[in-house]
Amino acid sequence: MSDKHKPRIGVFVCHCGVNIGGVVNVSAVVEYARALPDVAYAEGNLYTCSSEGLYRIKEAIRKYDLDRVVVASCTPRTHEPLFRAACEEANLNKYMFHMANIREQCSWVHAKEPEKATEKAKETVKMAIAKAALLEPQTEPEIEVQPSALVIGGGVSGMTAAISLANQGFNVSLVEKNKELGGKLCELYRLYPSDKLSSEVLGEYIQSVRSNPKIKIYTSSTVKRVDGFIGNFEVTLNINPSPDWKGSFWGTEEKLKAGTIVVATGADVFKPIGMYCYGENRGVITQLELEKLMKEGKLGKPKNILMIQCVGAREGKVGGRNYCSRICCTMALKNAMIIKEMLPDSEVSILYRDMNAYGKDFEEQYEKARHNFVQFIRYDDASPPEVSSDANGKLSVKVHDILGNYALELDPDLIVLSTPLVKSEDATELSKLLKVPLGAEGFFLEAHVKLRPVDFATDGIFLCGTAHGPKTVPESITQAYAAASRAGIPIALGKVRTEAITARVDETRCTGCGTCVKLCPYSAIRKDEHGVARVNDVLCKGCGVCSASCPEKAINMRHFSDAQIIAEATSALGGA
Amino acid sequence: MSKSVLVVGGGIAGIQASLDLASRGTKVYLVEKTPSIGGRMAQLDKTFPTLDCSICILAPKMIECLRHSNISLLTYSEVQHVEGEEGNFTVKILRKPRYVEFSKCTGCGTCMEKCPVKVPNEFDMGMGKRKAIYMPFKQAVPLVATIDAEHCLYFSKKICGVCQKVCPSNAIDYNQKPEEINLNVASIILATGFDIFDPSAIGEYGYGRFQNVLTSMEFERLICASGPTGGHLIRPSDGKEPGSVVFIQCVGSRNLHGRFPFCSTVCCVYATKESILVKEHSPQTQPYIMYIDMRAVGKGFQEFVDRAREEYGVKYIKAHPGGIAEDQATKNLHIHYEDTKSGNMKKLDADLVVLCPALIPKTENKRLAEEMGIELDDAGFFKAKELLTAPMDTTSVGIYICGYCQSPKDIPESVAQASGAAARAAETIMLTSKERKQ
Repeated sequence: MSDKHKPRIGVFVCHCGVNIGGVVNVSAVVEYARALPDVAYAEGNLYTCSSEGLYRIKEAIRKYDLDRVVVASCTPRTHEPLFRAACEEANLNKYMFHMANIREQCSWVHAKEPEKATEKAKETVKMAIAKAALLEPQTEPEIEVQPSALVIGGGVSGMTAAISLANQGFNVSLVEKNKELGGKLCELYRLYPSDKLSSEVLGEYIQSVRSNPKIKIYTSSTVKRVDGFIGNFEVTLNINPSPDWKGSFWGTEEKLKAGTIVVATGADVFKPIGMYCYGENRGVITQLELEKLMKEGKLGKPKNILMIQCVGAREGKVGGRNYCSRICCTMALKNAMIIKEMLPDSEVSILYRDMNAYGKDFEEQYEKARHNFVQFIRYDDASPPEVSSDANGKLSVKVHDILGNYALELDPDLIVLSTPLVKSEDATELSKLLKVPLGAEGFFLEAHVKLRPVDFATDGIFLCGTAHGPKTVPESITQAYAAASRAGIPIALGKVRTEAITARVDETRCTGCGTCVKLCPYSAIRKDEHGVARVNDVLCKGCGVCSASCPEKAINMRHFSDAQIIAEATSALGGA
Repeated sequence: MSKSVLVVGGGIAGIQASLDLASRGTKVYLVEKTPSIGGRMAQLDKTFPTLDCSICILAPKMIECLRHSNISLLTYSEVQHVEGEEGNFTVKILRKPRYVEFSKCTGCGTCMEKCPVKVPNEFDMGMGKRKAIYMPFKQAVPLVATIDAEHCLYFSKKICGVCQKVCPSNAIDYNQKPEEINLNVASIILATGFDIFDPSAIGEYGYGRFQNVLTSMEFERLICASGPTGGHLIRPSDGKEPGSVVFIQCVGSRNLHGRFPFCSTVCCVYATKESILVKEHSPQTQPYIMYIDMRAVGKGFQEFVDRAREEYGVKYIKAHPGGIAEDQATKNLHIHYEDTKSGNMKKLDADLVVLCPALIPKTENKRLAEEMGIELDDAGFFKAKELLTAPMDTTSVGIYICGYCQSPKDIPESVAQASGAAARAAETIMLTSKERKQ
């Protein structure tokens, strides 16, 4: 901040319709703000984020010669970029903008106490103004983007993403841990919605990946280490790892560079050991094992086949697999129809809780199955079927059909258990390497469940397919194209700007103790030849660990300086 | 050869496809039929399963479309004619007259205040009123007034002219004519969304006859803070808070003998969300959901349903009601249904009933498909070239589809497919410009 000029702050208080205005007395907050030091202008808006609201911010910057802007409204997570952009359009550095959240922190949580909510909103705005007075313009470093992408996982999602990125004109490295490409499709028989064999579809994909000169394939390879950041990831691969005598896996190392990364590592299928005689009686198998039997022509001629849905899924208990695995109902429908076609004399029954034949084509398939005499028996969530196996290995099943309201006893030759997809075994390690989160069920967690389904919160890393959660083949392919679009954007642009919120070292204070070097989670700090800490602005994510732990208080965060934070806190405590 | 893309439909799918392409440097024309982009998502109160305020998370994306230098927004406009092929389509767009000069209108709203004509507000599903000169909603993009000539007194009776007199920017122009815009684009993305089945066709549910039977989209507006009641959950008949609300699933959908045999995919979980909103707005009200199968298939959805049942006390009944009767004096409703679990006929009294109607293909898909030389499927959705491996490709090269107009799907699926369609369009541009070089 220049000493010569007094700050000129503009304050915009949003009603957010009645979201804020219905509780907080917005005009009282505006009046209060207007009287605070350094405030040159204040107004209320019905929706500050509407195009009219943004126009008013820009107009006020020009008209009142504002050099800082505070918006008191909702959350910076969704709206800060918008307001910052408006400031930039009025030639104000976007770091001269600050936001106060008077919706989540005032009107929503104190909806029953409007007076107190209004007082809290005033205080919140006062704090924001105190910080705004000390804001400084920042510049965002612009970095070149490596013109290539890395796709981790060579199943149908990974291959689709790789093909699309290559067709967009970019080089792609495709890494698969198994010897062969194909993932779970290698184990499937036929793919709905088509009559095609999985092997046929897979053959076409592998052919187009292999013949594409822009795609470099690494099979039998895993990701060992990931350094860098969007635009400049440096990835170390472990190729052909084999166990040594100690059980550690060693292979040849290869380093590659990538501008962006797509995670397409898929999912595993839950093995229901100990449930419904699985593992005890060979007549009890999973849907995936059924697919394999059909694929290899080893199904034999069972007369009565019984499928049980929701085995180990939708458990509805603490620590359980509480989610619906989305694909099991339709997989059962598909396989029931295939069996009916292969063995016309067989009886197929499906024991289910809710038939999740969502959307257009699955509902048709469900109808077709009923038409073809597949029997549907609905059991209650609270009383699942009971399966027992006698000394001769003969299976019997007791179930209460809630639609007909009667008890049934069945003697199937084959029981097929529909089990959920679960997180892949290497998801945890990969999430650590990439520093991206997993959700409660262990699937990778996207940046926003509604509007950013294939982005990670970390810039430059994207996800698709069943690594994100259970989905069908076409849904995985759709997501793979989506990830290819998102991952292609920075590469197409050739450069990206990164946040200016990074650590700044006061060289005169740094004693070279190295605390920050050790603590930095992003390896962004090194000591230079004089023993002074140096921050790589592009690697630094602005987390502030170094600043908080520096014994000499030599590190300050841009945009979150000690002075700014203290000003905010002092104001909250009633100080000037 | 062109390097730009036409996106048809300004809902969340069209918005996402446009932003993805624009942010990689591709020129996009985003055509929207109504006066504002935003689509269905702009009408929703909250979104499942996170209960985010729908317009709050959508508005920044809408504004980004307006601000982005690579996006030309063509609102209140329709595709008239398409010819050509991948890499080189010629498209004729008709921009309808707003009778308001786009560059002059500041969205101040003075005209709307003074206009004497009140018309049912489409954005609020006809429950609230708007004026004959209007902006569809407060966060509309662009925030420019439009005169609805059908109801405007100047156009019907050559009188009034108040808006022209009061407009401080001199933006009203009664002589505006439809404008023809010709574009040359490399590819086209269709994202036209869905229509809502009119449940008055199912007479036994009494929609249109009984005041306290609503559709779910009407309920969204009713419960929304910016809706016609300011978010107060009240019965249309007497303005009182209902003691019970019953949501009925599969109204018109999953009907094997009707026109819409398919499942709309989103209703089970949005009804769950709406039930939670009932409890949050009015804790003493009891929500019920009558359903066939609980299809909570998305990420976190089953957990959301579990939470609704356990934490909020939403009651789920496996049932498909046969009919609804109204008590003429109290306007209370009686639902007759077969309890699927016991097989017995039962009766449930309800103060308010919310029908969850089939979400159906848009009627104008037929015209667009004919114009573009692409096929529709048997239900009227745009037909994918190959459902298994090419769900965004149509039967014509260079024309792509995304969102609900391809098949039923929720918001994140629509967003993902929109990005996917953008990838396909980006591939087309790469391919056709390479061919040109050769």
